[in-house]
Amino acid sequence: MTIILSIFLLTMLVITAVAIVRIRNLFAAVMLSGIFSLLLAANFFLLDAADVALTEAAVGAGISTVLFLGALAMTAETEHSSSTNRGIALIVTTTTLLALIYATFDKPAFGDPAAPIHQHVAPWYLETTREAIDIPNVVTAVLGSFRGYDTLGEVFVVFTAGIGVLFMLGARSGGPKRAIPEQTEGLRHYQVPRIVGRMLIPFILLFALYVQFHGEYSPGGGFQAGAIFAAAMILYALLEGEKRALHALPQKLLVFLIAGGALLYGGVGVVTMLLGGNFLDYSVLADDPVKGQQMGLLVIEAGVGITVTGVLLSIYHAFAARDKF
Amino acid sequence: MALLELYHYWVFAVLLMIGFYAVIAKLNLIKKLIGLSLFQAAVFLLYISMGKVSGGTAPVFSEMLPDDQLFSNPLPQVLILTAIVVGISTVALGLGMIVRIKEEYGTIEENEIQEIDRR
Repeated sequence: MTIILSIFLLTMLVITAVAIVRIRNLFAAVMLSGIFSLLLAANFFLLDAADVALTEAAVGAGISTVLFLGALAMTAETEHSSSTNRGIALIVTTTTLLALIYATFDKPAFGDPAAPIHQHVAPWYLETTREAIDIPNVVTAVLGSFRGYDTLGEVFVVFTAGIGVLFMLGARSGGPKRAIPEQTEGLRHYQVPRIVGRMLIPFILLFALYVQFHGEYSPGGGFQAGAIFAAAMILYALLEGEKRALHALPQKLLVFLIAGGALLYGGVGVVTMLLGGNFLDYSVLADDPVKGQQMGLLVIEAGVGITVTGVLLSIYHAFAARDKF
Repeated sequence: MALLELYHYWVFAVLLMIGFYAVIAKLNLIKKLIGLSLFQAAVFLLYISMGKVSGGTAPVFSEMLPDDQLFSNPLPQVLILTAIVVGISTVALGLGMIVRIKEEYGTIEENEIQEIDRR
């Protein structure tokens, strides 16, 4: 039964991707890529990757769509010129496709427990998580503790991208803006989306907090929670207008969040060093190494969540501030 | 049935090439960026497909599961989880550049930009 469902979902993915590339209306292409992300999230769920599915649904179907729409509002809604090198492009991609498909015949069968990928370090992670960290969600344990350096690096990539967008778009406001009367700002004059949306926001925020702090026990963690929290605030900004959203969470505070989260993560590493351990070795944080690991995970996940929220919201506001429509 | 076992990998290859086609054959910069994120999504799918173990479940321990329960590989999931968030940040950076290009050149079609540059 699952295999039929996954074949159906995978086929839908390919159909959506073809439609995205073929369609000339960019607005439709962006909407289709939101659907693509949702289908991809469903696929991830079938492949036992609940954490990844949660992230893809929040980021791909939610925030990415909003950002693309914001960029479309400032650029163009349709692509007009047709490329001259379509023939060559088709030959190149088809040849590569055939080579890739030929290569798949050498791959271990799908789901084979004896495949090389499952032999090296993965069983060690599954076994050691129980003794060393004692939390049920192995993904969070690997993310935060075993591969803490890696995640710190990723947080700084997100941090750098956020700073980059702020430098490119935030530096000067995009020309004289048309004054928008208070009543028509955002979606405030549409009663149904406004009232339904407002009712949803507290629950989305609560869910974000749950995903953040329950990440050790169930699928979740800082990356997902940050994306969900940002999505709730973006919904608020869409409904009530930029001004009120920036009043609730001012840009100054967001910049502080961007740096603060990354610093909190790095700071935990420095504290562990001062306590005589290695960088990001949380075992020294408490008398009991297992308790120390759990404490460290909680703090660094909070750091990740803070930075991701700050960056995604700042990027959204940077785009929205340039809107001239 | 043996062919069905490779279906995930074929879908990966097809999606990768659809994204690649959009990047090289489309002239609209936003379309190129959408193509790039399709390419990225294909790589995510490859990693997660490789981490799946038949009969396994999501790598979250629970007392309700039997003792000999198989778990899918957590490592590719960790890598892709962070990659998705990094991916959206880089896409946002790309969109920021496109908006700046539109402001300077008045167009986001590659051939028109090159024409303006040549003048």
